[in-house]
Amino acid sequence: MYLNTLFLNVLDFVSQPWHWAVAGTGISLVFIALALLGRHFGVSSTFEQLCAVAGAGRLSDYFRSIDLPSNKWRIFFLSGAVLGGYIGSHLIPSPEPVAISASTVAELESIGVPYPESDALGLGMLPTSISNFTTTGGVVLALLGGFLIGFGARYGRGCTSGHAITGLAHLNLSSLLTVIGFFIGGLLMTHLFFAPLLRLLF
Amino acid sequence: MKKNILYLLTGTFFGIVMTKGEIVSWYRIHEMFRFESFHMYGVIGTAVLLNMLFIQWGLKKGWKNLWGEPLEAKPPLPLNVKRHLLAGTIFGLGWALPGACPGPIYVLLGIGYWVVLLILFGALLGTLTYGLIRHKLPH
Repeated sequence: MYLNTLFLNVLDFVSQPWHWAVAGTGISLVFIALALLGRHFGVSSTFEQLCAVAGAGRLSDYFRSIDLPSNKWRIFFLSGAVLGGYIGSHLIPSPEPVAISASTVAELESIGVPYPESDALGLGMLPTSISNFTTTGGVVLALLGGFLIGFGARYGRGCTSGHAITGLAHLNLSSLLTVIGFFIGGLLMTHLFFAPLLRLLF
Repeated sequence: MKKNILYLLTGTFFGIVMTKGEIVSWYRIHEMFRFESFHMYGVIGTAVLLNMLFIQWGLKKGWKNLWGEPLEAKPPLPLNVKRHLLAGTIFGLGWALPGACPGPIYVLLGIGYWVVLLILFGALLGTLTYGLIRHKLPH
């Protein structure tokens, strides 16, 4: 009986949204685990591996030089990531949608992305009202976002995990410059292009 | 086989942290770029700081990984300021759009956002395009 209550209390406890220090430490534990397993943390290289598997080598020799066997571990790591997303949202779901700041909510409302109604799942994770399969604007925005990160991550040889989380810790100057680029691009999109893009598409 | 289970478990933990830490939330990313919350800066700052302490200390002390080999430093890319900034900026333009960050794409799929399959398809098109036109870009 006592154990049962304790279990439920622990479940309640971990179901709360995690503090940034806990989340940051968690990401660091992933980095450390992969380092101890002899790997460098990086997600976006899976895009080029998927391209290679799909036969992109016939179109560009870039994809012929990709060593698939040495990247097999990523299939397991990212299958785990999908599973972890399910566990985090279905087995230990947060009681409320993500508590973003009131000023962000007001700005989102003003550009036609009401919070949290714009997320069909109501979790505060993804605005499905502007990113979806069912409207032209939603399809264009999803493809555009994907295209930019796919192109940028390959040209820069890495994304947030490879450059920010990993490259900065390794004190790599190329990663620092790339991360500065991430912020230049992100700030430009958020403050200059995003609202006009929404007006154009919706 | 045992190794693969370790990768799967590490990935599962990654997915749970990304979800419970709200790192997969586009709203959090939007808020970060508007400087209206410390949350994402706290997450990334904590992770980078701890990683730096671990890897720099470990490399200096010659720590071994689980297979008995020394920890490896990640080699930097050949320095090309224009390339790093340009590539980073293109990525950043996408990062600020809904659901477009590689790690979260996979995690959001597990949460039940099927539209990330479309974003993933876009990412593959972008990757393919890079492969086709890379000779025209500064490297």
